[in-house]
Amino acid sequence: MDFSTLIFFLLAGLLVIASLLVVFLRDVVHCALALVAALLIIAIFFVSLHAPTVGILQIMVYAGAVMVLFLFVIMFLNPAVLERPRALWWSAASILALLLGGLLVPLFFNHEPPGDPVASTELFGSPEMLAKSLFGDFVLPFEIASVLLLVAIVGAVVLARRERSAP
Amino acid sequence: MIVDLAIIALKAFLVVFMVLNLAGILGWIERKGSALIQDRIGANRASILGFAGMGLVNTLIADPLKFLTKEDFVPPAGDKLLHTLAPCMALFPALVTFAVIPFGDVITLGERVINLQVANLNVGILYVFAMGSLGVYGIVIGAWASNNKFSLLGGVRGSAQMISYEVAMGLSVMGVLMVYSSLDLQEIARAQGALIGTLLPPSLGFLQPLVGWLPAWGVFLQPLAFLLFFTAAVAETKRIPFDLPEGESELVAGYHVEYSGGKFLMFFAGEFAEIVTAAGLVATLFFGGWQVPYLMRDGFHFPWGSVWLLSQPTVVVLQLISFGIKVFFFCWLQILLRWSVPRFRYDQVMRLGWKMMLPLALLNVAVTAVVIIAAQ
Amino acid sequence: MMPLNYYLILSAVVFAIGVVGVLIRRNLIVVLMSIELMLNAVNLTFIAFSRYLGSMVGQVAVFFVMAVAAAEAVVGLAIIIAVFRQRQSLDPQDMQILKW
Repeated sequence: MDFSTLIFFLLAGLLVIASLLVVFLRDVVHCALALVAALLIIAIFFVSLHAPTVGILQIMVYAGAVMVLFLFVIMFLNPAVLERPRALWWSAASILALLLGGLLVPLFFNHEPPGDPVASTELFGSPEMLAKSLFGDFVLPFEIASVLLLVAIVGAVVLARRERSAP
Repeated sequence: MIVDLAIIALKAFLVVFMVLNLAGILGWIERKGSALIQDRIGANRASILGFAGMGLVNTLIADPLKFLTKEDFVPPAGDKLLHTLAPCMALFPALVTFAVIPFGDVITLGERVINLQVANLNVGILYVFAMGSLGVYGIVIGAWASNNKFSLLGGVRGSAQMISYEVAMGLSVMGVLMVYSSLDLQEIARAQGALIGTLLPPSLGFLQPLVGWLPAWGVFLQPLAFLLFFTAAVAETKRIPFDLPEGESELVAGYHVEYSGGKFLMFFAGEFAEIVTAAGLVATLFFGGWQVPYLMRDGFHFPWGSVWLLSQPTVVVLQLISFGIKVFFFCWLQILLRWSVPRFRYDQVMRLGWKMMLPLALLNVAVTAVVIIAAQ
Repeated sequence: MMPLNYYLILSAVVFAIGVVGVLIRRNLIVVLMSIELMLNAVNLTFIAFSRYLGSMVGQVAVFFVMAVAAAEAVVGLAIIIAVFRQRQSLDPQDMQILKW
């Protein structure tokens, strides 16, 4: 078992543990930090899969901004009562999830020997290639995504605003 | 393979060693420098056998010993795990960012060419910003784990300020990236070795005698970006004048009020490491990094034609010294700034970040784009 | 380099864990975090395929998924804040007034 295989299984195990912590911890702040850890591990996977730009963007956007927003909201809302877990719910849902996992996972077991990945150039996954695709083939979705983000900002500001009582 | 890993490990060790040492020395400079500025003597009580060394013994030996031997107190209703985790999360990004800052050109040992940069990423600048985003967590978690309303207030202010100035920092650097056409900091540092005269288009030939002899440093090509980036970097490190999250005279100590002993030392060291990192970035992006003006790999090539050949080790040493001087200068500048300028009010900080620096950065990008296209 | 299947299996496992989170947790914020976990599992699949097919389309898709997920998290959290102000609770069971 060589070095990269070992690293893969180690990171995969950590990712699964982090995801389980997100779902099963009681304190919400701890769940949020476990999700940050999961996002960082996924970013490491991205970089190892020759997608460094997207990996660093994952850290910058997801782990660095979206999760900070989650933490802000958790701290502001700070619900006093911790939820009561219901045994029937948990067992039913866990069985459903095992079913889902059990159905998905064998689909991916390929009985042929795995083919070699398509040889990638030095530039694959670099910012230049991503920018070429984004501003070339995908410029319309890019512009629509920016409009979407604007709509999201305006919507969030309006939704979260405190009601001002009319004078 | 093993030798490659060993070289990278050695570079990483050297970088972390130098950053932490510089952080400690900056602590001393801060105390003695502030004393000089405020016309007082400063720390000079601790001494070993009568030798007080201008406060060196006090700041570098007595203070760390004091911090490390204090009681480690966690607030009773606070979260123990998060309380211990927060200083680590604050120190880690400050140290790790230095991995992409080049501190020299190349060293050629036999047939092996070693690039004097710990990690040669093709997304260098983005990595710096990613680590800057991670720096927010130390503040937020530290504030939350203290179970203290003042701490939470300082932490929320601090993180809001940090994420606002990240935007301004990123946009101000965009102009530099457009000029040097690369995200890799080592490429940017190398590109600043050229003379402006070689970059001028024929249409601007009349500027040749005026500025053609200057090296193509970022501060000459992007002065507005330099000012914006320096301000944003100081705001990121939460130093005065952007000091309200810590608010030493108002919020007691802001988000690290409930920290004492070794954990406070980690926050403290993290802040000084951020000063060193900000100085390193400013030096690399705008002042040529390790470049000495007119020094190429084989010696000096002056613009008036004369050439002074030097051996390779001499060139490397000169470049290292140049980098050190630039970083030290910007660290000193930040310390000077801290003790000379009053602190901004929080709404002034937010207004500056969003309403003044962001439009200016966008304007800079637009003007740079126009100039680059017009010059082709 | 690992065979493609390993990445897909890892992705499926993380996705299933995210589904569990959405189904069993009674705190809206944790539900939203589980949704983010599912989106990230799908991102991992995209990047794995992008590497194995040598196409940049996978990475572009991940870029857009990230942008949309950020927008969705923002709006979702704003809705949670608005609902919390009304109901003083983050339990989905307390928000059933639209049921018949």
